[in-house]
Amino acid sequence: MTSTATPGTLASTSIRARKHIITMAAKGGCFIGAAFSCVDLLTVIYSRFLRIDPNDPRNRERDFFILSKGHAAPALYAVLAERGFFPIERLAHHLSANDFIYWHPNTRIPGVEMNTGSLGHGLSVGIGVALSAKLDGSFTRVVVLLGDGELQEGSIWEAALVAASRKLDNLTAVIDRNRIQANLQTEDLSPLEPLREKFSSFGWSPRTVDGHDLSQILSTLNEVPFQHGRPSVIIANTVRGKGIASLEGRVDKWFVEFSDEEAKRAVEELEEYYR
Amino acid sequence: MMETYADTLARLAGEDERIVVLTAENRIHIKTLPEKLKDRFIDVGICEQTLVGVAAGLAMKGKIPFVHGIAAFVTMRAFEFIRTDVGIPRLSVKIVGSFPGFLSEGNGPTHQAIEDLALMRLVPNMVALSPSDEEDLSSATAAAAIHEGPVYIRCTNVSPGSIKHQTPFVIGKSETLREGSDAAILVHGLLTNNAFLAAQILAREGISVRVVNMRSLQPFDEEAIVRAAGETRMVLTVEDHIRTGGLSSIVSETIAKYQITAQVASMSVNQSGFHPGPLANIFEQEGFTAEAIAHRIKRELSARELQAGINHRMKKN
Repeated sequence: MTSTATPGTLASTSIRARKHIITMAAKGGCFIGAAFSCVDLLTVIYSRFLRIDPNDPRNRERDFFILSKGHAAPALYAVLAERGFFPIERLAHHLSANDFIYWHPNTRIPGVEMNTGSLGHGLSVGIGVALSAKLDGSFTRVVVLLGDGELQEGSIWEAALVAASRKLDNLTAVIDRNRIQANLQTEDLSPLEPLREKFSSFGWSPRTVDGHDLSQILSTLNEVPFQHGRPSVIIANTVRGKGIASLEGRVDKWFVEFSDEEAKRAVEELEEYYR
Repeated sequence: MMETYADTLARLAGEDERIVVLTAENRIHIKTLPEKLKDRFIDVGICEQTLVGVAAGLAMKGKIPFVHGIAAFVTMRAFEFIRTDVGIPRLSVKIVGSFPGFLSEGNGPTHQAIEDLALMRLVPNMVALSPSDEEDLSSATAAAAIHEGPVYIRCTNVSPGSIKHQTPFVIGKSETLREGSDAAILVHGLLTNNAFLAAQILAREGISVRVVNMRSLQPFDEEAIVRAAGETRMVLTVEDHIRTGGLSSIVSETIAKYQITAQVASMSVNQSGFHPGPLANIFEQEGFTAEAIAHRIKRELSARELQAGINHRMKKN
């Protein structure tokens, strides 16, 4: 259960994943900004961190990833396809009546661990998996990706208390800190800062990274647990819509549906961006 | 010697190492378990949503979690977690709700779980059980442990009273506690003993009443309902639960489904709750003593006879 990706391929994987997401945005639309803000994180997590086997997705000793901000599903699907869990062509089934690829993750798709979409669920479920691993003396690690807007859910803070009290150092929360929730800046509605201090005061061991710097994400993930006996949290500073200049940081671009022409232009913008 | 609910959980955990017990700091009924189960007893603190989410995660990685919480809080506050994280993926999480129905006694409306069974019956793949007493509860707990998938159990940990159980708990099956032909009382949970005593009172007056412990409400014993409707003159449902989604609904829906005709009456809890107090006072005030149940049967039977007389006269004219 090892990854075959080399450092040079990480960047190209994340660019290809973005193109897949554009394909999905052109087939009925999706939450493209949310997907683009965490696709670099997912690329590193799936290519280089998780001990998983696309040919044996239910292996008992596998690591678990839970996309708690389920509306970033297109990023998850793009990365799962790149990792070989299912053929890339299947992404074209977005919103098809004959498949289960839609706006939030479904466990019928190989590699998806949990039906998410309702915010504030993933962390407590991740705790359960991590706790089971501890009880069994298993080396399973758990990564839960949270949105920053999602942190407004009370259940997140219940779970944050429980993870620390259980000393779950096999659990890592990654926060996609793009500072924009559905329609607003997070700091304009319910300010989260100082976020790092919030988590450390809850008993977590925090690190902050540039959520689009692939090598920084990788080196940080390779250091978990940051502290023995504590859950780890990575606050990843990100940009909503990262990679398409006309979408970046746009509060008004939440759900986006592209025409074929717009999708073509988006791909051109993407290629320009990463030239 | 009857095995207590807590002892049953400890025994089951001894037999199957996948079993873990979780709670949101509701330890009254399971005080002996922390010591017996050691790290397989997990108290997450007062947070029902996280309680259920953690249980789902444990089940995803091979455990069989028994979640012990207060019925009103675990079924309502954590409802969406139960539906989305446990029910839809059909995970083997067993939820045991303590102080259901009238057992919340003096706590008041915040603690009154009078719609818990209706809510749990709405959850996909969920099995919903309402045992009549601690012996029945222990039996239900054992049945839940070997069932693959989610189960909700009302934690009715009272003495069996006059009830002698005939059969072990089988999911989807009822238990006939007493045969009878004039009327049938279909009952579940706490009120089963009062229903049984009501039948004894009526027997002394020459009225023969069947008493069926319906115990499994999802799935439920359709055959027992159809038989009660066909083999007796009237059916009375008795429950410390609201009508909607409870046994009253179940019986009405079953009778409609099979297109049979029956005289049906129901004794259930008002949707706005009941006046809090000691259990004996609640039975008295809400009209659920054995005498009140017996009286209701007599009233329904005489109304039926009166109606039959009118029908007979009208035919003659």
